[in-house]
Amino acid sequence: MSEHGSNATTANGAHAGETRRDFIHIAAATVAAGGVAAVAWPFIQQLAPAADTRALSSSEVDISKVPEGGEIRVLIGGMPFFIRHRTAAEIASAKAGDTAQLRDPATDASRLRPKKDGTLNPPILITSGTCTHLGCVPVGPSQGTVGEFGGWYCPCHGSHYDTSGRIRKGPAPSNLPIPTYEYVSDTLVKISL
Amino acid sequence: MSGPSTYEPKTGFTKWLDTRLPIVRLAYDSFIDFPTPKNLNYWWTFGGILAVCLVIQIVTGIVLAMHYIASTKDAFASVERIMRDIDYGWLIRNIHATGASMFFLAVYIPMFRGMYYGSYKQPREMLWILGVVIYGLMMATAFMGYVLPWGQMSFHGSAVITNLIGAIPLVGPTIKTYLMGGPAIGDATLNRFFSLHYLLPFVIAGVVILHIWALHVPGNGNPTGVSVKDAKKDTVPFHPYYTVKDGFAIVVFLIVFAAFVFYFPNALGHADNSIEANPLQTPAHIVPEWYLLPFYAILRAITFDIGPIPAKLIGVALMFGSILILFVLPWLDTSKVRSMRYRPFARQMFLGFVIASIGLGFCGANDPDTLIFKFREDKLSLNYTATTGATTSEIFDDFAAAQAKLQSLPPTAGGAIEISKSGFKWLWLSQILSAYYFLYFLVILPVLGVIEKPKPRPASIADSVRKKHGSKAKTAPAGAAAPQAAE
Repeated sequence: MSEHGSNATTANGAHAGETRRDFIHIAAATVAAGGVAAVAWPFIQQLAPAADTRALSSSEVDISKVPEGGEIRVLIGGMPFFIRHRTAAEIASAKAGDTAQLRDPATDASRLRPKKDGTLNPPILITSGTCTHLGCVPVGPSQGTVGEFGGWYCPCHGSHYDTSGRIRKGPAPSNLPIPTYEYVSDTLVKISL
Repeated sequence: MSGPSTYEPKTGFTKWLDTRLPIVRLAYDSFIDFPTPKNLNYWWTFGGILAVCLVIQIVTGIVLAMHYIASTKDAFASVERIMRDIDYGWLIRNIHATGASMFFLAVYIPMFRGMYYGSYKQPREMLWILGVVIYGLMMATAFMGYVLPWGQMSFHGSAVITNLIGAIPLVGPTIKTYLMGGPAIGDATLNRFFSLHYLLPFVIAGVVILHIWALHVPGNGNPTGVSVKDAKKDTVPFHPYYTVKDGFAIVVFLIVFAAFVFYFPNALGHADNSIEANPLQTPAHIVPEWYLLPFYAILRAITFDIGPIPAKLIGVALMFGSILILFVLPWLDTSKVRSMRYRPFARQMFLGFVIASIGLGFCGANDPDTLIFKFREDKLSLNYTATTGATTSEIFDDFAAAQAKLQSLPPTAGGAIEISKSGFKWLWLSQILSAYYFLYFLVILPVLGVIEKPKPRPASIADSVRKKHGSKAKTAPAGAAAPQAAE
């Protein structure tokens, strides 16, 4: 160290090789690393969904316009959702499925949400429109194909969903998820991501 | 291998420059006087071809970026405008789109070459690793570029890939959200992909400089795998010998390139990408571009859970693993002999590897559940719930018999007649080939290096060249040996 004109080693000569300069190096590097991390964070966080994107993460849908036996598809924040008006036969078939051997067991009632008065509304089934396998959008009554179990069929890799949106056949691991939604009135539903 | 520089500046200006920025000296030593093994075959010409590909992609890409609009509303229309309204836009876009395929074609060939001739072995491990880094960057660039035209395949293909990333445990969903910038692929995703698609080629160019640097330390490998022993006898200067050879290969390559651009511009793309993206309608078959098909096949080959690990996650892990494994290839191959010319058993296994890789490409292009060939004629199967409650299936040869049986069942049985097929599925082929892909790296190469007895290798590059051309020894009169070489 003497060549640097410093006698720093004398302060801790007992610890061979450790000098105040080492301490200064480590401290300076630590501060620099902290600074880099602090600056890096905004550059990473800007990738996250922006405030306007997050603000569009829920939508109100008028379910009275859905014809019986048909469905409508809505995009909320770019994600597809199915709102299906089931016929009596389709509801019966969904209820019958409660006792079948299911890959992802769930009763039809557990896949509905109560109205304002606390009762369920079995004709209206609301599910995510994203196949749980690899994210394709299954086809349904509007496309003329409902699969072997009367619900939806995913053309990508052949997953069949029943009239309650439960996976019955094919590679998908789980049921079509039920989004967070609530009945604002008897005919208006608010769906959130 | 680069020895002392032989560059001598001649003019006053180059002398002045050489003492301040010796850039002419660097170029001279790297691309003119660089000692190169004299026995390189045409498999070694792809470095130059790839450099041409990168320049073509950057130049055409910069032009396309002047007209492209990265917005979900306008992207598809702006690409159509490039194709229809902008003068020569069709040409520049076709070159760019075809160029991506040509780039991958030109990168796969030297990758296989490197595996056959053991180019990744000591002392060229860093050269190989940097090559794999370039390949990875190319795949990322191509993936993001494919999203930009905002066609059906752009949208749904990228949805599948981002979903794969979401399947990674713990961090997957967070990474997926940060990648997409929203709940689904949309404007935010398109804009960041455009930005990165513009950036990454320049990153590739930077890694290419490192790659060439790492090449110029040990020098080129060669088909015999024998190191250069005497630079005078074993090597020739890069210019004119290899500038001419590479130049010829580049011209041939550009002929193929031009044939695609002018005669089959859509042959390598998917028709569904000419339909504007519709998030509510998925195309019947989502397939990536041809150069990613083998990895897509590996992803889909896993249809079974292993213990608590779901099939989807294993598929994702194997797909990424199939690329990452290339990084450690120099340490998996335990053989001291570089070239498989002298490894009789390894070269058979390598042939199998090439077949498996190409075969996986075909598996990726086909629906896993369709049959490659049938075991028997299609029959009819009647499925129903028996009175015992068990699901039963019966096979019938003709419809009348099946129909009669169906009529005899009680209505509660819920009987239905289906076509029953039996045959060899694409899925099974992709499982077999995926297994071979990994066995090749993890078992065959490590074990062969230990048990295989290699054939004798030539003493030097000069020796092998002499042998090939018939001269017996360097003491033999040159004139006497030459006529015998004709046989």
